[in-house]
Amino acid sequence: MSLFNVFDTAGTGMYAQSVRLNTTSSNLANANSASSSIDQTYRARQPVFGQILKDPYASDGTAVGVRVLGVVESQTPLRREYNPGNPNADAEGYVYMPNVNVVEEMANMISASRSYQTNVEVMNTAKEMLMRTLSLGQ
Amino acid sequence: MPLSIDKTIDIHTRALSLQARRAELLGANLANADTPGYKARDIDFRAAMAAAEEGLAGGPLAVTRAGHLQPAGFSPDGEILYRQPVQPSLDGNTVETQVEMAQFAENSVRYLATLRFLSGKFNTYLTAFRGE
Repeated sequence: MSLFNVFDTAGTGMYAQSVRLNTTSSNLANANSASSSIDQTYRARQPVFGQILKDPYASDGTAVGVRVLGVVESQTPLRREYNPGNPNADAEGYVYMPNVNVVEEMANMISASRSYQTNVEVMNTAKEMLMRTLSLGQ
Repeated sequence: MPLSIDKTIDIHTRALSLQARRAELLGANLANADTPGYKARDIDFRAAMAAAEEGLAGGPLAVTRAGHLQPAGFSPDGEILYRQPVQPSLDGNTVETQVEMAQFAENSVRYLATLRFLSGKFNTYLTAFRGE
């Protein structure tokens, strides 16, 4: 019964969106983690989504879900701030700030939570359809 | 005229399976709303249903050997097409959540309506069988 597949599909969607929410919260939490060297500074992370194909070898196969291909770090240059009072400041009094754009992350968070809700909605509708089908003939 | 239960019920079961397949496709579209390069898919319900009614689809050909193929463009649930986006996004994604959501809601209402028809048919037969 193909309606059951809707649950799996929406499930993969919810998983992918929760990974996105997770990276967003990690970025926001570390938005002000100053450090003394470029290598150790936190960089904003973003998940990359890809589709799960029903038949990977078909030329124009349909998707049956979404998956997280990986989490990439932002290549935006880090901010170098003069802050001699910071215990992490280097010899010249500078610290490196993460390249997290807080406004962008907030927008990302809202988008992820809306997409998550959409998947929940799809799951609820599929459940309703299946329950009605089960009560057919009664 | 002999009573053919199969014939009257068959069209509804075909509609149900098509609508279930469509719910699956639209669900996949919604799950991939944020996937770069994803192209939204859908089936032309009217064409698929017309083909089913006329018996053009006729079901898959029997596959008795590994080399047997289906006719070109054959799909048991009608041809799966690509959605024409109104505003495609820069990353190549053609899913428009509001459009897909509307289609999904419409499809599920139609599914429930078909179920209602089917259960009406069952009730009709039950009444006829009982002869009360």
